[in-house]
Amino acid sequence: MLFIDPHVHMTSRTTDDYEAMRKAGVVAMIEPAFWMGQPRTEAGTFKDYYSHLIGFERFRASQFGIKHYCTIGLNSKEANNEPLAEEVMELLPLFVMKEGVVGIGEIGYDDQTAAEDKYYRLQLELAKEVNLPVQIHTPHRDKKTGTIRSMEVALEHGLDPALVIVDHNNEETVKEVLDRGFWAAFTIYPHTKMGNERMTEIVRQYGHERIMINSAADWGISDPLAVPKTAQLMLERGISEESVHMVTYQNALAAFGQSGQMQESDWLEVTPIDQSQKFSGNSILRGGQTPRVDTGENKNESNIIR
Amino acid sequence: MSAEAYKQFLSGLVQTQLPPQGQNWLEKQLNQIKSEKEFYLAFSMAPRFTGKKQLILTEEELQQATQLREGFNPNNWTVDQVARTLLVLAIPHQTPEQFIAILNKIFSTADLGELTALYAALPLLPYQELHVKRAAEGVRTTMTQVFDAIALNNPYPHDYLPEEAWNQMVLKSVFNVRPLYQIYGLDARRNETLARIAIDYAHERWSANRTLTPELWRLVAPFINGNNLADVQRLLKSSEQIQLHAAALALTESNLPEAQHILAQYPEIVKGIQEGKITWNLIGKQSYS
Repeated sequence: MLFIDPHVHMTSRTTDDYEAMRKAGVVAMIEPAFWMGQPRTEAGTFKDYYSHLIGFERFRASQFGIKHYCTIGLNSKEANNEPLAEEVMELLPLFVMKEGVVGIGEIGYDDQTAAEDKYYRLQLELAKEVNLPVQIHTPHRDKKTGTIRSMEVALEHGLDPALVIVDHNNEETVKEVLDRGFWAAFTIYPHTKMGNERMTEIVRQYGHERIMINSAADWGISDPLAVPKTAQLMLERGISEESVHMVTYQNALAAFGQSGQMQESDWLEVTPIDQSQKFSGNSILRGGQTPRVDTGENKNESNIIR
Repeated sequence: MSAEAYKQFLSGLVQTQLPPQGQNWLEKQLNQIKSEKEFYLAFSMAPRFTGKKQLILTEEELQQATQLREGFNPNNWTVDQVARTLLVLAIPHQTPEQFIAILNKIFSTADLGELTALYAALPLLPYQELHVKRAAEGVRTTMTQVFDAIALNNPYPHDYLPEEAWNQMVLKSVFNVRPLYQIYGLDARRNETLARIAIDYAHERWSANRTLTPELWRLVAPFINGNNLADVQRLLKSSEQIQLHAAALALTESNLPEAQHILAQYPEIVKGIQEGKITWNLIGKQSYS
């Protein structure tokens, strides 16, 4: 099966992860702009971070045969530094129309402060202006209220729920999200967010419409294989293949594909040009030898490193 | 040659190769870009309207390209690249400083495709001598596609990079397995330092039991001397014919009397070289085909 992980912070991950993900069937991924684990203090670091997402990280993924997209936005935590947030808001128009930017994200509430509210609303307006989907981060604390508030504010600003992906849901929030016509994303993240046994039961109960799962793997203890692992578990526990396909691939494509920047052909029809763009690294070609298309797969069956 | 001539040539190239919607969009942008903001948006959005198809060029068009700007070779370009280059050539500005400031801004916020387009466009940009640092910086990239846009089929490095930066570019091409035969003006800018580093690199590869591109010896050829002759001779013991060919080709470029003595032992290969059947370009093509 092929998978899309619509929320994963590859900047924080190693090449081992890329390799394992591709091997497990992940063909495309979306990396939302977020914070780095500690607050940034300069707007320039945001600019370089956004450039990194559309440049080097995209390239890095391509080396492993994975198509990398991103969403661009000012995250809620760092929205609380208002002078900085003002400067970052000025940077966003430079990036949101770039190729492969499939939404404004991840934005929303964390502590649900006035500053967070201000920049969330400004970015909803930006999303409307450039007609891009929105990827919403819902808070850890006071979650249910924060989730509902995120949606109410989006509606207040006239956003179409079909263009809004509400992330980090759980059993307590899913119904509210689906009832309002938004996309409900679930993060399979050990200890804090969802476990995949619970996820399986959610799909059993709510079906596969407008539901998608992701790993949100980042610099914390997380699992970049959460999507393929959950797919496997769901199949084992009697969820139909069609439903598994919808929640681990098709719905993410349908939701973020509305950006016009993400098509199945991007990874199903890899052109010869793309192949030549792959980095052959240290595998020097012998004369007359056919270059191997390097998917980054490294056979680790022995302790010998050449 | 003026920017106008480049614009005319590039517009002609894509006229038939863009979808009608892309053609209209591009024409409109080129006529109406008045502000920086309009330019930034158009530059980013170009592929949405133009698509990203490979440019199809006739032999005649390729010749025109290099007549217009010596060494200019858009053979591997895509249609969005042409559109973006046209947009850059239309950047509204009064002074060189203004142009560079805008260029720096798009470079510093560029995505993969944009970087590729920008670096490949270097030989066509106004104020050629002002882009030297930019080109040297580009060579430091780890993104192959971006590196290729500067190093391969691009006359800018040959024309403008100082020796240090040029050598870094060539060595990095060797190190990253890029086809040296696609570096414009490679032979003209071979130098003793480059040859010495190439030989050191060969020793390193051999010590590590790793393979070595036969193209490397093209860098060494004019600088074969008593010290490195043994290295070239080592190739002659290789079981791979292409290595033998590379060694013989290198020796034919050497003025060293010993080189001629050695070559005399390989009449078949020498004949192949004389008949143009063994050339550096062919060795390159064979290595990466």
